[in-house]
Amino acid sequence: MAGASEKKILKPLKNFPMEEYINSGHRACQGCAEVLAVRHVLKAIGPDMILAMATGCMEIISSPYPLTSWNVPWIHVAFENAAAVASGVESGLKALRRKGRIPDKEITVLAMGGDGGTTDIGFQALSGMMERGQKVIYVCVDNEAYMNTGIQRSSSTPFGASTTTSPAGKVHPAGQMTWKKDMTAIAAAHGIPYTATACPSFYTDLIKKVQKAKEANGPAYLHILSVCPTGWRIPPEKAIQYGQLAVDTGVFPLYEVENGVWKLSRKAKALKPVTDYFKGQGRYRHLDEKLTAFIQEKVNERWERLLKLCGVELQTEDQA
Amino acid sequence: MGRKVGIEVSIAAADAAALCDVDVVAAYPITPQTHVVEHLAELVASGHLDAEFVPVESEHSAMSVCCGSVAVGARTFTATAAQGLALMAEIVYIAGSMRLPLVMFLSNRALSGPLSIWNDHSDAMMVRDCGWIQVFCEDGQEVFDAIIHAFRVGEDPQVSLPVMVNVDGFVLTHVIEPIEYWTKEMVQKYLPPFQPVSRLTPEKPVSMGAFGMPEIYLEQKMAHNVALLNSRPIIEKGWTELAELTGRKYSAVETYKVDDAETIILGMGTICSTSSLAVDKMRAEGKKVGLVKLRLWRPLPSDDLRRVLAKAKDVVVLDRAICPGGGNAPVTSEIRAIMYTEPERPRIHCMIAGIGQRDVTPDDVCAMVDMALSQSIKDYHIYGVRG
Repeated sequence: MAGASEKKILKPLKNFPMEEYINSGHRACQGCAEVLAVRHVLKAIGPDMILAMATGCMEIISSPYPLTSWNVPWIHVAFENAAAVASGVESGLKALRRKGRIPDKEITVLAMGGDGGTTDIGFQALSGMMERGQKVIYVCVDNEAYMNTGIQRSSSTPFGASTTTSPAGKVHPAGQMTWKKDMTAIAAAHGIPYTATACPSFYTDLIKKVQKAKEANGPAYLHILSVCPTGWRIPPEKAIQYGQLAVDTGVFPLYEVENGVWKLSRKAKALKPVTDYFKGQGRYRHLDEKLTAFIQEKVNERWERLLKLCGVELQTEDQA
Repeated sequence: MGRKVGIEVSIAAADAAALCDVDVVAAYPITPQTHVVEHLAELVASGHLDAEFVPVESEHSAMSVCCGSVAVGARTFTATAAQGLALMAEIVYIAGSMRLPLVMFLSNRALSGPLSIWNDHSDAMMVRDCGWIQVFCEDGQEVFDAIIHAFRVGEDPQVSLPVMVNVDGFVLTHVIEPIEYWTKEMVQKYLPPFQPVSRLTPEKPVSMGAFGMPEIYLEQKMAHNVALLNSRPIIEKGWTELAELTGRKYSAVETYKVDDAETIILGMGTICSTSSLAVDKMRAEGKKVGLVKLRLWRPLPSDDLRRVLAKAKDVVVLDRAICPGGGNAPVTSEIRAIMYTEPERPRIHCMIAGIGQRDVTPDDVCAMVDMALSQSIKDYHIYGVRG
């Protein structure tokens, strides 16, 4: 590595596997927290897995033929069908195991897509997979827009974010004028055994949730906020920090729904103001006080609803 | 030798797939394919077939599930028609390029719009260039045999390609025919267990479906094309061994009374049965007419076709798809193209007929031949349109 004159040996974190299942040398942007999320998810599952991936950033950075970054069996077919391909993998393995054609060993089937590949174009395939009860962990790595094609809005782009297809202008002062689709709640509404939100800024929480998903007796859905410095227009070194702020401001709360029981992943302390999170993000630069207050109100409302669902007492402190 | 039964062709097709001991069936219901998958679902539910039946939420997912299950080494079958094929078309192309040897029963149906559930070949022609092996069947026995042959050929490690078995919707899928079933022993002898060239397994991780940069995409497409062209001897070998087992000999191009024929009718699928009756009728009138049945649509048996057609004065192609705004119709355009380089070539007439299951009788075929020979139809003629 250039400039690394002194090699600092880092002590491995407790319970953090040293094996790498996605190699370095891929083509992700600097500071990409999405590839970090992928790395953590794979570490949490271990080598006995098959990964079906949707077209998108993670696919394109890792697989220009004849190169590959993957140390696990990996398949990419198209954009909108990772859940269906994973369903095929799961069904195929099930039949082959039952018929004694492959070793009788548990293999985790993982499907992965971005927010476009999950909440928009892959929505139907995902719903089908969950409804059929296929034992697949579906991971949505959400960077809140079509980053791979050049920062176009998706249904997972938050209200107020300016993208290349939801640009802020005189007629649409907020940029994106719709609220982020609540994909996690939609997944939970399928009655699957495990659903959770996560963020690589909170990696122990993320790893714990992936392991829970692995043990679930049926489909599991993980929605991982994946900070995208390129698309959010922030410095690459701030990716982890912005992930923390998204959680601390209640913009992206961490929770899980295990067998229908909603549970907050962190203590329900007072939220930081959303302005802390918006500050420094190019995609929110155009927001004025009125719009910010409008978003803050909605964030509070959703937070309160989540606390209620989780059976947690409301904080009385002033949150604004 | 297996028993001969009178049975609906769709049910027999499902039984043929079950005899191949498929591991995964993924399908979405669409007329006129439904009887095939209903019967497979029944066989799975009753324990007669040990397979996973994946009742997907769309045809797009049906084909995607098939890709996933073949990728892990599971023998995989699906069936669809028209709009279902249109919805899964994206993945049909990818399954071909990823060399995933699944077998699909396509009950040929007209494409919307307007909505039509009835038979023609416009659906198959839409995915003509998907890079699969594509065969067209004329009768129920052929369908039954073609499905077993499809697994045998597609899964051959030298081929490793998906196979589409085209069956005319309703006019073949829904009729009851005498079909000689294979015994389990015959199938086991003919069809070895599926051993994919590569499979997804943690024991030896591979990456499937890497993308093609401009520096490599062309070579990838070329390799796929070569694989499809090279499948021909394996297809033939499959038919030869099928003949040894069953006594039924299939070929890519089948002929009927062509030896002295001045006029040759060329078609695919059930229209060939109708045309053979027309040939007999015209022969009785002293006309030198013969029939070419094109069974193997992809890879196109160009040399066989040239050999048979070059001797004729006229070839009347019965096309079962309209090519709006085009020069003629899909099958004719191929025939005209491959004959163009011949020093002496017949006149090739394009007759579009049987669209949206407009009935084509032997008399209609005779009328089309007369029309082609007596009138100067330049590009094509759509037969039977009412004023």
